[in-house]
This record gives sequence, structure tokens and C-alpha cells, in this order.
Amino acid sequence: MLFQQIFDGLTLGMVYALIAVGYSLVFGILRLVNFSHGSVYAFGAHIALVVAVSMQWGIFPALVISIIFTGLLGIMIDKISLKPLREKKSKPIAALITTIGVSYIIQNLLMIIFGSHSKWFPKIFDYGIIKLGDISINSTQLFIFLVSLLLLVFLTIIIQKTKIGLAMRAVEQNPKAAHLMGINVNYIISFTFFLGGASAAIAGTLISGYYQVVYPNMGFIAGLKAFSAAVLGGIGVLYGSVIGGLVVGLSESFAVSYFGGGYRDAVAFVILILVLIIRPKGIFGKKEITKV
Amino acid sequence: MLKIENLHTYYGNIHALKGINLEVEQGEIVTLIGSNGAGKTTTLGTMTGLLKATEGKVFYEGTDITNRPPYEIVKMGMSLSPEGREVFPQMSVEENLKLGAFIRNDKEGIEESFKRVYDLFPRLLERKKQTASTLSGGEQQMLAIGRSLMTSPKLLLLDEPSLGLSPNLVLLIFDLIKSIKEQGTTVLLVEQNANMALSIADRGYVIETGKVIIKGNAKDMLKDENIKKAYLGSL
Ligand SMILES: Nc1ncnc2c1ncn2[C@@H]1O[C@H](COP(=O)(O)OP(=O)(O)OP(=O)(O)O)[C@@H](O)[C@H]1O
Ligand SMILES: [Mg+2]
Repeated sequence: MLFQQIFDGLTLGMVYALIAVGYSLVFGILRLVNFSHGSVYAFGAHIALVVAVSMQWGIFPALVISIIFTGLLGIMIDKISLKPLREKKSKPIAALITTIGVSYIIQNLLMIIFGSHSKWFPKIFDYGIIKLGDISINSTQLFIFLVSLLLLVFLTIIIQKTKIGLAMRAVEQNPKAAHLMGINVNYIISFTFFLGGASAAIAGTLISGYYQVVYPNMGFIAGLKAFSAAVLGGIGVLYGSVIGGLVVGLSESFAVSYFGGGYRDAVAFVILILVLIIRPKGIFGKKEITKV
Repeated sequence: MLKIENLHTYYGNIHALKGINLEVEQGEIVTLIGSNGAGKTTTLGTMTGLLKATEGKVFYEGTDITNRPPYEIVKMGMSLSPEGREVFPQMSVEENLKLGAFIRNDKEGIEESFKRVYDLFPRLLERKKQTASTLSGGEQQMLAIGRSLMTSPKLLLLDEPSLGLSPNLVLLIFDLIKSIKEQGTTVLLVEQNANMALSIADRGYVIETGKVIIKGNAKDMLKDENIKKAYLGSL
């Protein structure tokens, strides 16, 4: 029982971490909380729905195609709505409000195209129960956990070990100097939005395959939980998002077992509020959220 | 090599450059002096694409580069070591230098540049694993200059490289600028320390409130009574 709760929590937590890194990456580079990210996640789930259910191509093509389209959506959001604001040197609050607006535009488009009702999504990685000694593990959860972990490691390698990752860190630490090093800063920002969108697409597909439903405003609560996770870990810090995601996932799992399903969504916000009061920088953070 | 014609730049409503004209020939050290707020940093910023010119032109090796993005200008061989160092604070000395070579793919050439920079600044070699934000001001200045050299520039722009350095280090930096020139890099040097700057420069410009008010041969400018009074202090 205890093991099951922990494992439920870790699985959810890894998926929240995948969404949270999207907030973190964009915040790191633009000092902007991208509130459209939850809707981007929902968009990713709907692309996977089209590929896996309508076209019956299977889950792996669904993942890949969703990554590409959702990544491109991320780039478009920046190019169409945020870049013009940057170039006009608008106040940060303008960009923040824009991302909220973009969020509703995406959600409404999804409603128009797919309808607002919940749609069935196939269970993914369903290979039954895996037994490890006395412990039995649900294969869907195990694979969700492993795929998320793999992707988070992959992202970390990109950021820490590759040339484009070096450029991302340079833009994050000093955009002016990054320009002077010959880095095409707009390209790096686009790439960052692509990575954020791609991670959200993966998270959206995995969660859809876990709960087996997809609906246009599925990103609202998931987005806010992941945002809490990002803030908890210290927004802008990648491993902070992972730890934050795990804490939010575990708390949610325990709250559901001990207090009932009604408390599922409340925990993340209790955590968010506590963090903002006690340690606004988050556990590992260097920057405060107040910069917007 | 570089030619600036009637350059105008605004910060919002503030008219910071009011028609700057300036030229740098291959192989020279040219210095740009002037009091605080004259527009020296703004001139360098506009040349390198960090700021937008509203009027006028910048030519580099015969090409019009006015308002091109900074990354294109850096690739053409013009590199700015900015005012206030602007290092990447959470990166090591080595990573900062590596970013200087971001636009380059010639592995051997990059190795050579590392060697050149470490030869010029042995201090950076000793501290290559140290985080840039924990370096002293002078060390950060060396890092900023070193990082610019890593781009392998044909034209190096230095914005107040001696600012905040001890007298010894100032001497070292000026010696270094001479040796950078001798190694074939053209230098445009912005300085508060007009005396030192003119003594190593070939030519000089004085700018005041966004305009060039005096230009000439550096040796003559050093002797000029008006310049002496206004910019060279009691020296
Ligand atoms: N970001 C800015 N916003 C508004 N005005 C600015 C900005 N940067 C510079 N200025 C103004 O433009 C003018 C030129 O500034 P600039 O920095 O080019 O001077 P400078 O010659 O480099 O001076 P210093 O020797 O003090 O570095 C000044 O009047 C300054 O107040
Ligand atoms: Mg200046």
C-alpha cells in the first residue's frame, strides 16, 4: 500500500517535472512565466489523440508527431506574440498577460476543433503487472516513469554538454554578452520554446495514456501543478523542477489516499502558497518569481 | 576598415548620438575619448548592432552593416569588450573563453587562441576552473578582453578596459593593447584615461554630447593645450 502510494506519486511527479521544465526553461531565458504552457500541453495531448486514435498509427508515432507539432507551436507562440513585445521593449507584465491570452486562444481552438467533451485515449505501455519479488508494479506507470526520466536526462545533457546548450546558458546569464559572442539570441529563444513544447507534448501524451482521457482544458490544472513544482524547485533551475515535480506528485498521491480524491488538486496549491510565503526563490532557486 | 557616417542614435526621446563621423584604418589603434555621457559607449553599441541607428551608416570593410544583428557583425570580425565586463557570471573562466570562440569551428585555431589568451593573461590560466562571478574586478576585465580575443577579431573594440584597475594593472592592460596591435589586430579604444590612451594610439577622436569635436594625430593631441586642459587633467 505504502509502496503503491509512493510509486503513484513518483510517476505523476515525473510527468509534472516534464511540464515544469517548460516553465523553467522559458523563465530562465526570458524571465517570463509562460502561462500558455498548460494549453500547449493540452495541444500536445490532442495531436497524440489524432495520431493514436483517429489515424490508429500507434503510440510511438503519436509521441514523435506530437513532439514536432507542439514544439513548433511553442516557437510560433514566441514569434507571433512575444517577440514583437521584446522588440518594442514592452513592460514584462504585457508579455505575462499575453501568455494568458494565448492560453485561452489555444484552448478555444481545441474546443472548436475537437469539442469540449472528454475523449477516450488508449492505455499506453500496457504489458500487465510486473513482479519484482514481493512488489508488483503496473507496467504503464513503470514505463511512464522511465520515459520521463530518460527525457529529463536527455534535456540535461543538451543543456550541459552541447554547444546549443552552452548558448542557452549564455543567453540566460547575460543576454547582452551572448549577442556579443555572435550567438543568434532569437534562434536560441526559439529553440528553448521548442524544447518546452516538446516536453509538454510528451507529458500530455503520457498523462493521456495514464488517465485515458483527453479534453481541451486538461492543461489548466496540470499546468498550475507543474508551475507549483517549478516554483518549489526554484524556477529556472532544471533539476529543481524535477525535485519540485516529485514533491508535488508524492504529496498529491498521499493526499488522495489519506484525505480522499477531493483533495487531489488542492495540495499543489497549498505547496505553492507555502513556498511563496516561506521561500519565494524555491529550494534551489537563485531568482525570485517577482521579476515576472 | 571601419567608416561611420553621420550616425544618430536615440534612447527613447534622448538624442544620444547627433551625427558621429569616424574612421579606423587597418592596423591602427584609434582612441575615442570624451567626458561621462558623451556617447562613447553608445557609439560602440550602435556599431555592433546592440543599439539601432535612426540615421547614418556604418561601413565595415566596405560593407554597409548599419543595424545588422550583432551575431552577423561578430562573424564579420568585429568584437566588442563591453563596458562593465559583462562576463557570464555562473560559468567558469574556461567556459567564458569558450563562448568567445562560439562562432568558430576551427578546432586548432581555437586551441591556439586559448594559448594566446593564457599567454597574455597567465592569471586566467591559473583560474580557468573558477566561476567568473568570484573573480576580482581586474581579473574579470582580463577575462572580458580575453573572451573578445577568442572571437579572433580583425577589429577589436574596447570600452574602458582600464576602468577600476590598479595602476599596475592599467599599465599591463595598455602594454597588452599595444601587443594586440602588433599581432595584427586593429583596435578602437574608448578610454577615460585619455593620457594613456593617446600615448599608445595612432589617432584620436574627442566626442562631446554626441558629436565629434576634435580629431587628429594622437601625438599632436597629447600636446594640444585645449585637450590638455579639458581631458588630460594636470598631466
Ligand atoms: N539605456 C539608456 N537609457 C537612456 N539614456 C541612456 C542610456 N544609456 C545611455 N544613455 C544616455 O546617452 C548618453 C550617452 O551615454 P554613453 O553611455 O554613450 O556615454 P559614455 O560616453 O560612454 O559615458 P561614460 O564615459 O560615462 O561611459 C548619456 O547622456 C546617457 O545618459
Ligand atoms: Mg561608456
